[in-house]
Amino acid sequence: MNLSYLLDPAHWDLADGSIPRLILSHLWYVLLALLIGTAIALPVGLWIGHTGRGSFLAINAGNAGRSLPTLGLLMLMVTLLGLGLAPVLIALTVLVIPPVLTSAYAGIRTLDHRVVDAAKGVGMRPWQVLTKVELPMALPVLMSGFRSATLQVVATATVAAAVGLNGLGRLLIDGLAVNDYSRVLAGAIVVAVLAVVLDLVFALAQRWVVSPGLTERSSK
Amino acid sequence: MITYLSNNGDAVLAALRQHIALALIPVLIGFVLALPIGYLGVRFPWLYHPLVNTCGMLYSIPSLALFVFLPVLLGTKILSPLNIVVALTIYTVALLARTVADGLKSVDPLVVQSATAMGYRRLRRLTDVELPVALPVILAGLRVATVANISLVSVGALIGVGGLGQLFTRGFQLFYVEPILVGIILSVLLAAAADLVIVLLGRLVTPWTRFQGAAS
Repeated sequence: MNLSYLLDPAHWDLADGSIPRLILSHLWYVLLALLIGTAIALPVGLWIGHTGRGSFLAINAGNAGRSLPTLGLLMLMVTLLGLGLAPVLIALTVLVIPPVLTSAYAGIRTLDHRVVDAAKGVGMRPWQVLTKVELPMALPVLMSGFRSATLQVVATATVAAAVGLNGLGRLLIDGLAVNDYSRVLAGAIVVAVLAVVLDLVFALAQRWVVSPGLTERSSK
Repeated sequence: MITYLSNNGDAVLAALRQHIALALIPVLIGFVLALPIGYLGVRFPWLYHPLVNTCGMLYSIPSLALFVFLPVLLGTKILSPLNIVVALTIYTVALLARTVADGLKSVDPLVVQSATAMGYRRLRRLTDVELPVALPVILAGLRVATVANISLVSVGALIGVGGLGQLFTRGFQLFYVEPILVGIILSVLLAAAADLVIVLLGRLVTPWTRFQGAAS
């Protein structure tokens, strides 16, 4: 195990291609993909869960999304659209959509029926049932889907380097090209640490957004 | 696309064959390894959380990094398919060990007690009662692992061994859509077929799940 590349202070300044710069570009791809993917998948998943319509789609979206090879999708998009951020975002967004959609749907569907009935019984409108009862109660399941999407996107965003973009994949691809395994190792470690840190951040966010009424019961 | 296939049929078939081998051999090895590891996580409850966390960590290592790095650790050649097989086996174990543990944990304690009362020793009880009852959960994990492996193999093309992934890199280098499309379609079809086979096999080995609706 050769950590020399990772520990060399020269690779930690703010020059182009330095580790902090690569982390920033990596994070940028990941957060954009999470944002776009969630913006698409969350409303659809909530709607399917709320109405019960199209549940076939929600159940199968998970497996269909997993079976699409990201590298192939990325290279197809680059061939069709040219180099740039768009192909990378499309390929990564496709990774985000299935887990978020499936977990939003599952979070609402697995709720106790009586809670939803009670909400209707006290006179809530469908929109209120969704936003005040179903969504808050589905949050733990939804967040676990979102977090597993995050782990996957952080690891997969490395393929952006295969089509000439930045991100931590640069350390892997360039290190491989010049047989510099210490650089490859640095890339692998930084990606894994980034994944763990992001997961921790979202775990804290989950604690903060999930109603204490739900967590107390589940910790019993 | 048809003309591409008729001109390159042999190459595509060879890539498909390599893809199948590279994806499915790790599933088999990983499944066999995950059973005892997952069992340990249930047998010794203090092991469960370290096990789940380690599996999560392993899964967050990018496949590209693992593919590139294993030759250094194993002393294999960079172009050896063994790297891909070992890397995907690690992912399979990471996914399945947790599923096996969760599956065994989900077995109704009353069922385990009944089996014990009928005179089952620990090992026989595990193989004859607990594992079969946990099978639906384990098989669901196996489906996820298989489909994920089939799509991950293609990343190997970046280091020269990647089954259908080689069609992606070839198309990308030539700026030619056909091979990429053929590769994606075959990869998705392969995943769907493997998924279907596991579902059917699962029905075959867990006949009782089909009668659950009628029984309850």
